[in-house]
Amino acid sequence: MKVLVPVKRVIDYNVKVRVKADGSGVDLANVKMSMNPFDEIAVEEAIRLKEAGKADEVIAVSIGVKQSQETLRTALAMGADRAILVVATDDVHNDIEPLTVAKILKGIVDEEQPGLVLCGKQAIDNDMNATGQMLSALLGWSQATFASKLEIDGDSAKVTREVDGGLQTIDVKMPAIVTVDLRLNEPRYASLPNIMKAKKKPLDEKTPADYGVDPAPRLTIVSTAEPEARKAGIIVGSVDELVEKLKEAGVV
Amino acid sequence: MTSFGLTDEHQMIAQTVRRFVEHEIYPHEAEVERTGVVPPELAAEIKRKTIEMGFYACNFPESVGGAGLNHLEFAIVERELGRGSMALNHFFGRPQNILMACKGDQIERYLLPAVRGERMDALAMTEPGAGSDVRGMKCSAQRDGGDWVANGTKHFISGAEHADFVIVFMATGEDQTPKGPKKRITTFLVDRGTPGFTIREGYKSVSHRGYKNMILDFDDCRLSDAQVLGEVDGGFEVMNEWLYATRITVATMCVGRARRVFDYALDYAATREQFGQPIGKFQGVSFQLADMITEIDAADLLTLAAADRLDKGLPANREIASAKLYASEMLARVTDAAIQIHGGMGLMDDYPLERFWRDARVERIWDGTSEIQRHIISRDLLRALGA
Repeated sequence: MKVLVPVKRVIDYNVKVRVKADGSGVDLANVKMSMNPFDEIAVEEAIRLKEAGKADEVIAVSIGVKQSQETLRTALAMGADRAILVVATDDVHNDIEPLTVAKILKGIVDEEQPGLVLCGKQAIDNDMNATGQMLSALLGWSQATFASKLEIDGDSAKVTREVDGGLQTIDVKMPAIVTVDLRLNEPRYASLPNIMKAKKKPLDEKTPADYGVDPAPRLTIVSTAEPEARKAGIIVGSVDELVEKLKEAGVV
Repeated sequence: MTSFGLTDEHQMIAQTVRRFVEHEIYPHEAEVERTGVVPPELAAEIKRKTIEMGFYACNFPESVGGAGLNHLEFAIVERELGRGSMALNHFFGRPQNILMACKGDQIERYLLPAVRGERMDALAMTEPGAGSDVRGMKCSAQRDGGDWVANGTKHFISGAEHADFVIVFMATGEDQTPKGPKKRITTFLVDRGTPGFTIREGYKSVSHRGYKNMILDFDDCRLSDAQVLGEVDGGFEVMNEWLYATRITVATMCVGRARRVFDYALDYAATREQFGQPIGKFQGVSFQLADMITEIDAADLLTLAAADRLDKGLPANREIASAKLYASEMLARVTDAAIQIHGGMGLMDDYPLERFWRDARVERIWDGTSEIQRHIISRDLLRALGA
């Protein structure tokens, strides 16, 4: 079984995000970029499936700017076998929309025929949480989102999902789309031998046109704003004082 | 981060090691600093993860189980390690490459277990009466039958508390030369537990707490010829062949640490407000930042260029000395300026700045003082002119 893992190049989670002066988005010039952490968990899970003999090949795919190549090299250094880069824009500030990404991924799935697509549940840049679900709809495949545990058994998979209020375990028929949550695994560091090999692993470069998809945006960003700054708190000396302050604030 | 002349692999090595240090080393630094010891289970964990990543003993050739990194690649690894505590990243094992001089049985007993992370080593050269003046060493091994009997004391021996064996330099005779008597030196491999050999706690140092300096005592310690590394009386040859590049380690670690310190200073300058604006808006602070990053980049390039010369087989003694001298003195200036930018808070142990400032002090002393490096540099230049 082939496992396809889409990975996105996003602003590094350690970076303090700054909104562009014109409010059109977040400033990405000279900012450290990394693989979306949820996608890293998906790559790790795919490699573990391969190590467990449940998968034969792990293919990483990224859709976006040409620099996403670095993100794919990271996936290859972790242990993915090969990579596909779909260059859909040359502007780092142009975020490819989930439906466009899902359509391109459908084209890749049609070509590669993987038995499983493992995606991050969302990308930490715009938190859309949509690509996996859209891909499942386009393909007519079963989907299991927010996975915190994945067991594959022949042509079905048992997936534990983190839902509001607890855990839900479902069986899905393969082939399937599984979107992964934070607690599924702890991604490994790239190993030195794999770093040295990463450059030699195949990385195919494609365009959206290769899959008959027009990457032009359908959505318009009206404005982008920083969250309101948190107001300074106070330290109270006793429960009585706390109750008094809460009353003053009109919340009890 | 300087990327001049670096490949994608180099960048990925740097990112991976940096990430490891940030996730596996940083969270434990405060405790090690407070207690002065590395908990054994933490040490074992760091070692295990390093082996898993294939980075353990990455400075050794693939033929003996290492990763075969060249000097430039290894300098990049150590630059990123330099960001973290030396006490902890000791277990991101990088055995002394002098072990490549092992022959016969020594390969199975010392070299291979060291590369696999099964046995740890330490290098013992310095003595209370022999610092920069290596030939002044008093530790000696005398022939007794077919064996050697070693006596004397070594101090400032980093990592000896964790060592299963030590690589020790001993005087094994004296030659008369026109310039006066000159000691012959031999290198020995000495196992922990050898009768007459003891390892004890050293001094409390201002720099690198938890990365202890130990004292080794030899009291009629009997050693066989099988313990000699290299040739009898060939200690200087072994030293010159293998210890040549260790100054790059100091230089490149200074660069890594300076970048970490700089990030603290930059962030503080951008967020700390006085007189109604971030202090970074005052030229007194912003110009300091400009000088700091310029010096860090310069030291980075100087160090990587020296490592690259070694890889190209070019003479590098002068360049390595320049890198070690400049990077260690740069770190002193950068840590000092970072504290100045932080003001009073920089001196408090709530921030790691005071630690970096203290740690920086030893870099101008160990592995050849700044004065010795200046001596090497100037001698190299003047000798060519016959002066």
